[in-house]
Amino acid sequence: MAETIQLEVTRYSPEHDAAPTFQRFEVPYRKDWVVLDALNYIKDKLDGSLSYRWSCRMGICGSCGMMVNGEPKLTCATFLSSYAPDAVRVEPLRYFPVVRDLVVEMTDFMVKLQKVKPWIIRKEEKSIADGEYLQTPQQLDVYKQFSMCINCMLCYAACPVYGLDPLFTGPAAIALAQRYNIDSRDQGAKERMDILSQHEGIWACTFVGECTEVCPKHVDPAGAIQQYKLTAAKEWFKSLLMPWGAK
Amino acid sequence: MATDAPKKLLEPFFWTLFSAGGVVAALLMPVHIFLFGLAFPLGWIRDLSHTRALALIEHPLVRIYLFVFCSLPLFHWAHRFRYTLYDGLQIKHLNEVITVFCYGGAIIGTALAGYLLLSLP
Amino acid sequence: MTPHEAKGATQYTTYHPRWYRTRVSTYWWLGKWYYLKFVLRELSSIFVAYFVVITLLQIHSLSRGPEAYARFEERMRNPLMIALDAITFLFVLFHTITWFNLAPRAMVVRLGGKRVSEILIAGSNYVAWLVISASVAWFILR
Repeated sequence: MAETIQLEVTRYSPEHDAAPTFQRFEVPYRKDWVVLDALNYIKDKLDGSLSYRWSCRMGICGSCGMMVNGEPKLTCATFLSSYAPDAVRVEPLRYFPVVRDLVVEMTDFMVKLQKVKPWIIRKEEKSIADGEYLQTPQQLDVYKQFSMCINCMLCYAACPVYGLDPLFTGPAAIALAQRYNIDSRDQGAKERMDILSQHEGIWACTFVGECTEVCPKHVDPAGAIQQYKLTAAKEWFKSLLMPWGAK
Repeated sequence: MATDAPKKLLEPFFWTLFSAGGVVAALLMPVHIFLFGLAFPLGWIRDLSHTRALALIEHPLVRIYLFVFCSLPLFHWAHRFRYTLYDGLQIKHLNEVITVFCYGGAIIGTALAGYLLLSLP
Repeated sequence: MTPHEAKGATQYTTYHPRWYRTRVSTYWWLGKWYYLKFVLRELSSIFVAYFVVITLLQIHSLSRGPEAYARFEERMRNPLMIALDAITFLFVLFHTITWFNLAPRAMVVRLGGKRVSEILIAGSNYVAWLVISASVAWFILR
């Protein structure tokens, strides 16, 4: 008598399959269950070989990103009740190579993230004796939105430019670079500008804006990239008109 | 610290032209299209006589306005269309052809506008 | 590591089993209304360029004398031309609206430490648009 819901899940085992297929599972339908609960039920009770990533189950670690009915979602934050009684299709995160079942290869993102130097860069470090780098609440407010990124890569799954051109640095990496550029404690904006003001950096972005739509933390990477473009353009004209002013 | 400086792109320059063209197109084009494309031909408003039009365009500021009106939106089109072709058709190998076609077209259009507006009586 | 072609047989690369890479369809933009709106927005630039060409033709006909100008106006009255201009008008309007709505995301204005609301920035763009359009219309029609 208990209600159930169908889940259609991607299966891919490189040892056996040439291409991914779908497998249907029937899981109990609980109003407070999320897709991740359903996946855990499948792994516990129905098919222990199903492979997928998850960790905190509360929307802060960024591990459980997958395509749910064609949309990039955190499975720990997507309720079955949004789709019931229809079947729910769960696929691995789009635009990344599939390693197995719902697990994707994310090295490309890790490489790009490192490339943009997402840390405070100082020309000279203050000595310990001089104390902390102080920052007012207003200075924090300037970059706070971009600092909320949990590296879940949903924005990469949403970005058609990244899908069409895997060389593109991507929304999250650029937003994080911008987060440090506008941090009052940082002095590395020029270094990052040299890295990102390239064809596969900020200029490949055409402001589709879907990355911002899917971001679970409301980071607005599209806005970050456009702001970065404006800064890059200003720097370009400045360096053209005042080359002697180079830092 | 890289020993060789990264390639100095022209991309920021074209993006600036794209943005300026976008602003000009957004602010000025709707009223022009409405008047010259719809209201005058459909007879909603009595249209400009040849003498009146010539009188209006005589003023150098009007000619500069029209030059900006024709040139910047063309560069807006060039940049946007270039990326539409590049992403939409996924024809990376035609990248140079697309770039030359788009910006070249804008440059030709700009030159034409300059020539026409300068050679008016 | 190139994408696989063989069926069935395990293809190990040097370091790991074969990954699967999905090919992105040329029609990716038909998959979602949001993507379609984006592509239409980008295509509006074609109509922008088209009307610049019309304007250039208009200026050219002006310089050639009253008969040439009359012929230009006659061609503008052609029903097909009017239909095309109506579509152009709609697309350029679409460009205007999407441009003003998106501009605040690129230009962050901060007053006294707090970010000025995006609606205010977009709104001021619309007001400027109305004022400028009215001024241009007045200049042409007076």
